[in-house]
Amino acid sequence: MSRLRSRDLVINVPGRSDGYSLNLNIEPGQTWGVLGPNGAGKTTLLHTLAGLLPARHGEVVLDDTLLKDLKRRDIARQMGLVFQERQDSFPATVMETALIGRHPWLSPWESEQGEDQALAEQALTALEVDHLSDRLLTTLSGGERQRVAIATLMTQNPDIWLLDEPTNHLDLHHQVKVMNLLQDQAQSGKAVFMCLHDLNLAARWCSHVLLLYTNGDACWGPADSMLEPSALEKLYNQKLITVEADGAPLFVPVRSGSNL
Amino acid sequence: MIRPLLSLGFLALVAVVLALGLGSVTVPLPEIWQVMQGEGSALNRALLLELRLPRTLAAFATGGLLAVAGALMQVLLRNPLADPYVLGLSGGAAVGALLAMLAGMGTILISGSAFAGALLATLLVFGLAHGTGSWTPSRLLLTGVVVAAGWGAVITLMLAITPSYKLPGMLYWLMGDVSYARTPWPALIVLVLSIVLIMPLARNLNVLARGPMQAAALGVSVRPLEWTIYLLASLLTATAVTTAGSIGFVGLIVPHMLRLVLGNDQRIILPASALAGGTLLVLADTLARTVIAPEQLPVGVITALLGVPTFLYLLHRSR
Repeated sequence: MSRLRSRDLVINVPGRSDGYSLNLNIEPGQTWGVLGPNGAGKTTLLHTLAGLLPARHGEVVLDDTLLKDLKRRDIARQMGLVFQERQDSFPATVMETALIGRHPWLSPWESEQGEDQALAEQALTALEVDHLSDRLLTTLSGGERQRVAIATLMTQNPDIWLLDEPTNHLDLHHQVKVMNLLQDQAQSGKAVFMCLHDLNLAARWCSHVLLLYTNGDACWGPADSMLEPSALEKLYNQKLITVEADGAPLFVPVRSGSNL
Repeated sequence: MIRPLLSLGFLALVAVVLALGLGSVTVPLPEIWQVMQGEGSALNRALLLELRLPRTLAAFATGGLLAVAGALMQVLLRNPLADPYVLGLSGGAAVGALLAMLAGMGTILISGSAFAGALLATLLVFGLAHGTGSWTPSRLLLTGVVVAAGWGAVITLMLAITPSYKLPGMLYWLMGDVSYARTPWPALIVLVLSIVLIMPLARNLNVLARGPMQAAALGVSVRPLEWTIYLLASLLTATAVTTAGSIGFVGLIVPHMLRLVLGNDQRIILPASALAGGTLLVLADTLARTVIAPEQLPVGVITALLGVPTFLYLLHRSR
């Protein structure tokens, strides 16, 4: 199982000073949640870790090799990414979309075989979109498309899962479903690293949390030590009420006088 | 996956036989068969082997080249409206070819010059449309159309200063007419080779159609792939233009129709485009030869009459 590390990493957010450099160790079995206000650089961090954007300083290390020394194809076998925004310029079915997850595993002359098909079907079933497999992506709802995107990553089956707001557009049931699935994947040895907007999802499902501030500051560590109400209030510039529910802290924003 | 290609191959064969049989003189099927076996009358053999067959093959190759070039550019730009003619590649190639002819160069240099022209045209359109942001459909099309108009002006200027004895040889570039094609072989060879070259990349293209970031995340080296497609599309366009002048809209109609029927798997769409594009141009040329026989129309007129409504329909539908 692969692990992902960043060494003195400073992500390149335009117009921002360097801030705090990141030394992350993302290990198999861990579920990371990245929290931060809009524009803090969560997506930029995810793309930098995936090697899709150049870092301002520092480097990303996959196992013991610098990410920039690896071929894209080799990276894609170990690390996958669910994007927040997706392009569908051409019509494609749900099954075709899930199957592109097999791309890094097939040689140029190979086409998808029965086992690739089986993996895709399994992933679509896990995300409860198997009944849509012949539908065109453009005819689906936002939440259904989100689940297809996660199913594509599951079909790709890398060791390291990067996800940009995987619960976007999802209804409550499917939020729980997806978070449970990600936790199961981590328990089976994957490393999961995702941006989240929902504090409470992070509190209940993440083993580790990274707080990313607008000014470039950051802190990270095990979830229970990071989810301090005062730190979170500063992070979002928003007063919070903390209650306990179902064995985890629940953070509720205060309605009046919301600014700190 | 093979079935649609076999059907298209069969259609292509039918179109070729039709093109051989029809014309100012109709040659029935049994006589075509005789000629193909090396028999038949001398007149029929001259008519079929020296006139109609080379012309038909040239039409087939040109149509195939343009359709594959169109399909490639559509994936590259993630825009079903992209087409070598609309984006001014054909114009650039024609300017390159005309310049070489004006300078009195030989056939190979004319082809090279057309290739350079197509490359320059693509670079110009992509560079200008890209600017600082990304390729938005409207911006790209506008740039392409304006640059194509610019090529048109350069062509008119060159024609105006060309000595009149050179004019007839040059005019066919602009009309898009396969009747001047000297030999179909270079175009056919380029078509076959490029399909062989592009097939191992076809699944990469499927992934690229989902956007460059997604493609990179799935293990595609995006930049080298984009350059390969860009160079290949320019080469295909330039070869088509040197064979038959600038013929419009084949690269637009054919891949679009095929995607409607076959989906968007480039492993099928690219060879299918070659077959269907060839078939379309063979049929269009047969129509151009027969509709007011013995007079002949340039085939570009027919494809434009088909292509303009298709293009407008697509533009209308795309929000």
